[in-house]
Amino acid sequence: MSDLLYQGGDWSYDTIQRVYAEVEKIAVGELGLEVYPNRIEVITSEQMLDAYASSGLPIFYGHWSFGKRFATHEQIYRKGWSNLAYEIVINSNPCISYIMEGNSATMQTLVIAHAAFGHNHFFRNNQIFKEWTDAAGILDYLEYAKGYVARCEERHGEAAVERVLDAAHALMDQGVHRSPKRRHDLKSEQAKWRERRRYAEASYNELWRTLPHAKKRERPALAEIETKFNLPEENLLYFIEKFAPRLKPWQREIIRIVRLMGQYFYPQRQTKVMNEGAATFTHYAVMNRLHEKGLIDDGAYLEFLTSHTNVVSQPTFEEKHYSGINPYSLGFAMMRDIERICLAPTAEDRDWFPDIAGRNDAMGVMRQIWADYRDESFISQYLSPRLIREFRMFRLVDDPAEADLRVDAIHDERGYRRVRRALAREYDLSRIDPAIEVVGVDFEGDRRLIVHHNVVEGRQLSAAACAKVVQHMANLWGYEVVLKEIDGSGDCIKEFSGEPEPA
Amino acid sequence: MDVIDRRLNPTGKSLPNRQRFLRRARKVIREAVREASADRSIRETGEGGVIVIPTGGIDEPRFRLGAKGSHERVLPGNREFVEGDRLPRPQGGGLGEGEGPGAGRGGGGEDDFQIALSASEFLDFFLEDLELPDLERRKLSKTETAGMRRVGFTTTGSPMNLAVTRTMRNALSRRIALRRPKFDEISVAESALEEAGDPEARSRLDTELAALKQRSRAIPYIDPIDLRFRRLEPAPRPIAQAVVFCLMDVSGSMSQHMKDIAKRFFMLLYVFLTKRYKHVEVVFIRHTDEAKEVDEDTFFHSRETGGTRVSTALSEMLRIVEDRYPRADWNIYVAQASDGDNEPGDNAMAAALMQERIMPISQYVAYLEVDEPHRHGMARSSLWRTYESLKSPAPAMRRVTSRQEIYPVFRELFKRRLAESEPA
Repeated sequence: MSDLLYQGGDWSYDTIQRVYAEVEKIAVGELGLEVYPNRIEVITSEQMLDAYASSGLPIFYGHWSFGKRFATHEQIYRKGWSNLAYEIVINSNPCISYIMEGNSATMQTLVIAHAAFGHNHFFRNNQIFKEWTDAAGILDYLEYAKGYVARCEERHGEAAVERVLDAAHALMDQGVHRSPKRRHDLKSEQAKWRERRRYAEASYNELWRTLPHAKKRERPALAEIETKFNLPEENLLYFIEKFAPRLKPWQREIIRIVRLMGQYFYPQRQTKVMNEGAATFTHYAVMNRLHEKGLIDDGAYLEFLTSHTNVVSQPTFEEKHYSGINPYSLGFAMMRDIERICLAPTAEDRDWFPDIAGRNDAMGVMRQIWADYRDESFISQYLSPRLIREFRMFRLVDDPAEADLRVDAIHDERGYRRVRRALAREYDLSRIDPAIEVVGVDFEGDRRLIVHHNVVEGRQLSAAACAKVVQHMANLWGYEVVLKEIDGSGDCIKEFSGEPEPA
Repeated sequence: MDVIDRRLNPTGKSLPNRQRFLRRARKVIREAVREASADRSIRETGEGGVIVIPTGGIDEPRFRLGAKGSHERVLPGNREFVEGDRLPRPQGGGLGEGEGPGAGRGGGGEDDFQIALSASEFLDFFLEDLELPDLERRKLSKTETAGMRRVGFTTTGSPMNLAVTRTMRNALSRRIALRRPKFDEISVAESALEEAGDPEARSRLDTELAALKQRSRAIPYIDPIDLRFRRLEPAPRPIAQAVVFCLMDVSGSMSQHMKDIAKRFFMLLYVFLTKRYKHVEVVFIRHTDEAKEVDEDTFFHSRETGGTRVSTALSEMLRIVEDRYPRADWNIYVAQASDGDNEPGDNAMAAALMQERIMPISQYVAYLEVDEPHRHGMARSSLWRTYESLKSPAPAMRRVTSRQEIYPVFRELFKRRLAESEPA
């Protein structure tokens, strides 16, 4: 049995190297994954807690909220409410995976397959990540951001920097561009706007301005303002960064840093199920192959199965520890299901998925899907009736107009499509995040910023938090900010407003 | 692929952020620390621990959808529902993620936040508004003992203080400067001489070798001129340890309530001193008409009957000081609590001991007169009048009838002493 990569739980750096080489053979050679170069870093539990506090990133600027997050995680961990993650992986090139020193040899093998190959492949190939994140530049950028914020603190004082960061963090979810096209448009619009400004300044003539006529000066038409600022603009942070009248250059730069970090994490929020599904599918395939090849013994295989089963378990809605659908569970089940549909489709599958059913190249199909989809589109396309039955999913509707909750659809012929559509919608970030956009600026008058929340299905913002965020926004904008909640018929239901506080 | 071991990297990367967080949450944490410390025993006061603070002021608001409006959810694990079934709406709202507790998505909820404080953080908060730093510094300058301190090097000294590295460095540079031949050079020359066959070359090599050896002898390996010694200078050194004498009257007239007040006062003093000194010991002396050193539990919880002779406790304390706490090494603090009901014949004795023996050796003496709340504002006791008549320096005195007064009184006692006896 000298073929075994390791025996028992102990591992050394040599073990890691050998394990990595074998996992690579399977993942790259057999599964056809395509990954960034890997860097594996062994860390202690304390360092893992540190990493938690900064969203898993190795370097981050200083802010009290990270201290708060650290305290929370530390508390949870020390009380034994939950274990620490076995690994953290960063979407960077080279791809960094942190693995815990306390993991057994089997867990290290699993983690390498899961993170260094599964997630890594996903980061490198998925369309959204390719479009929105710059894996090669992120580490340098983090270094720059940390240094920049620290220098600002030295120069302008911690309180001043904290004020900007607090406000920018509050708007972080509203700091992402959701579609790439607009970004381009915006740039050219901005160039045009500058050109207009330049022309207006160059052709300004004092002779034309006489006091009696001052009042007659027309306010610019709404349409003109809209083109000027490319309104409506849903990226609030971007708008403030570019147009807030009273911000100093360093404040704009800090807002930009926060905005870019939000943008960097946005793809991860959109692909939770797929990303974990792909990684879990990869480690499952790799571990099985290792066992088949006689590279790990039965004990290790059982240890892997135990841990794998825990990871993909899905409690039912009645169970006490139910906390939503487990992305690992749903993702893994869907990937396995797609594999099955490719290799051994039933009549139902051929009906539902004519394009992939019976195509023997399951990995090829899978890699294509991993590259092209995000959670919402993935579920709405590939959640099969069979899985809906297996999970026994049902759709529950809570309409305030009715006295009771209503079971709207279950796992039957009539319900499949409705359940699938409803589940997909739960992963649609543009539905989860409130639709808030800048609609107007009164630049000629009191410079008031007008922001609308378009209320969908009567779901309004939670008022206490909203008032605070509007206050933060006013602090950045420098003048009054008004947020109106607009319902479907265009009426304003509720209004929040904030005046900037003195710094 | 690289494997990198990060385990030895410096830990505590989150420490600066933790401090930022504590600073931000200062006010709420301070309140919570006060509350948490109320139920602790004296020695535990200084330990860290978990405290619970409300999230107000440290929340991170975001735009979130509230519980209003219609919602839908896909749930796993259907057992008996069929399409069209109706379920009663659960208590506390429907499916919406709302503003109530347990919202769990950051922002909205007003759940309490738990944070574990280290011992020193706990104390920082506990003592924060005591405004004692001035006092501390002044005290520090007085509580000193002679000691020696390293200051640079000297060319003379005892062998014990030889600074070997410095000496060898000097020797090396001198040898290099004077071009003393190295050992290898000599051995190379020697082997060259052995191998050389030609007599002319031999004699040349012989001369060269002789010259090298001559030079090596002339320039010593270590010369007295190289020697350096560590220079020591007498310097005052603060005494890093303190002892607190807690003296309490346990005669029948002291109720549990009065003892409780006393306990709190002792606790504050203990905590304050732990913060200041590396090492703090507490001695508990209880007395009726005779005094005895006891452990903390007995001190606070057992009752004795008998008269009250304060002087016994004072002389017991002096005896212990003589036995175990030499003045040169210990800062002595005395806190006395009593209902002030001393036997009339003993007052003169107590006054003398206090004035002549205890005040001179102590850093600080506080006398706390405790009483039942309803007797607030009664006439002063005999012991109070006795201490009051002492010449300066006299013990700092306060009368306390309820638990709430302890903190302000403690603060005032220290402040007052500052103003009176040690003008800035």
